[in-house]
Amino acid sequence: MVELALPKNSRIKEGKTWPKPEGATNLTEFRVYRWNPDDGKNPQIDTYYVDRDNCGPMVLDGLLYIKDNIDATLTLRRSCREGICGSCAMNIDGANTLACTFGMDQCKSKTVKVYPLPHMKVVKDLVPDLNNFYAQHASIEPYLKTDTPAPDTEWLQSHEDRQKLDGLYECILCACCSTSCPSYWWNGDRYIGPSALLQAYRWIIDSRDEYTGERLSQLDHAFGAYRCHTIMNCTKVCPKGLNPAKAIAEIKRMLLERAV
Amino acid sequence: MTDVDLKGKRPTSPHVQYFAYKITLSMATSISHRVTGVGAYIGMFFLAYWLIALAIGPEAFDTAQTLWGSFIGRFVLFCFTWSLMHHMLGGLRHFLWDIPVMIEKPQIEFLYRATILGGFLLTVVIWIIGYAVM
Repeated sequence: MVELALPKNSRIKEGKTWPKPEGATNLTEFRVYRWNPDDGKNPQIDTYYVDRDNCGPMVLDGLLYIKDNIDATLTLRRSCREGICGSCAMNIDGANTLACTFGMDQCKSKTVKVYPLPHMKVVKDLVPDLNNFYAQHASIEPYLKTDTPAPDTEWLQSHEDRQKLDGLYECILCACCSTSCPSYWWNGDRYIGPSALLQAYRWIIDSRDEYTGERLSQLDHAFGAYRCHTIMNCTKVCPKGLNPAKAIAEIKRMLLERAV
Repeated sequence: MTDVDLKGKRPTSPHVQYFAYKITLSMATSISHRVTGVGAYIGMFFLAYWLIALAIGPEAFDTAQTLWGSFIGRFVLFCFTWSLMHHMLGGLRHFLWDIPVMIEKPQIEFLYRATILGGFLLTVVIWIIGYAVM
């Protein structure tokens, strides 16, 4: 359901301003969402100052600078630092993106504002609970399904058929798109969201997959493909430049073509 | 560990609050499409009233004409025209996306701007034509 106010325990209080690094002249201000499950307090926004002369250019570099030099308790997920693992997805400067591929200078506001992915349960600081998101991905059965006995070598595919997977297979499951989608915010428990739908389409149009009909049927209801109202936040926000809205539109078209 | 208890205490991360998610043109247009949809619904009552007045007789129709001819009446009709045009263009945009065509990133941005501008333009054009033939 649409909820414009946050629950009481989620309202943000002004937090601590941490001291500026000594001797630094080139500073960037970070305002970071903090929530500690152990102290029983509401979430707060802490202010940090990052010494740009001793720090890489990306927002992730800044966050790791804070963690290494100012406040070791700052909690975030990260791994590859090059936009392929999807771990450091968070809300930066008013939109979801990967902290590792988004430069501090790309922020439109002077302060770098960092929140966890929107409308998610927070485990700690910038770490959201993604269990539901992963379960939704699992529900579309993201693997080749066939009835034909497996061939002795590979399942073959023409170049043309393989090209249909471009723009789909690159998805890294960072959850930027799903957590940018108002439909997903209001109905994330029932609507599987743009990410899972893009993945579903990736298997629907795979020429080797033999369960196309079943896959489509699974999405043929109000909270399947049709919960997408083409708000387009997913497409605007995808850090890999993919187009989940288009994939969902293709699913809807296939459902329609099948029905008439 | 107090696992179960902890899960219950987890806060929801901000979305539309604290400007955490900056309102995008896409979100604004999606909302305005819904609002103008409601506007079109309400506007139909205005038209229905006018037709009913026409059916009742000359006196009732005169009243309706005076009402809609007044400044406030015209202003309401002007807003209704915009609401209809904006909603119609929004609907056409959704038609395109359901085909789907014009759904790549730059085209999406173009269509949003075209919807908003087109809504105002069509409204003004309709009223200019309206006054010209009156």
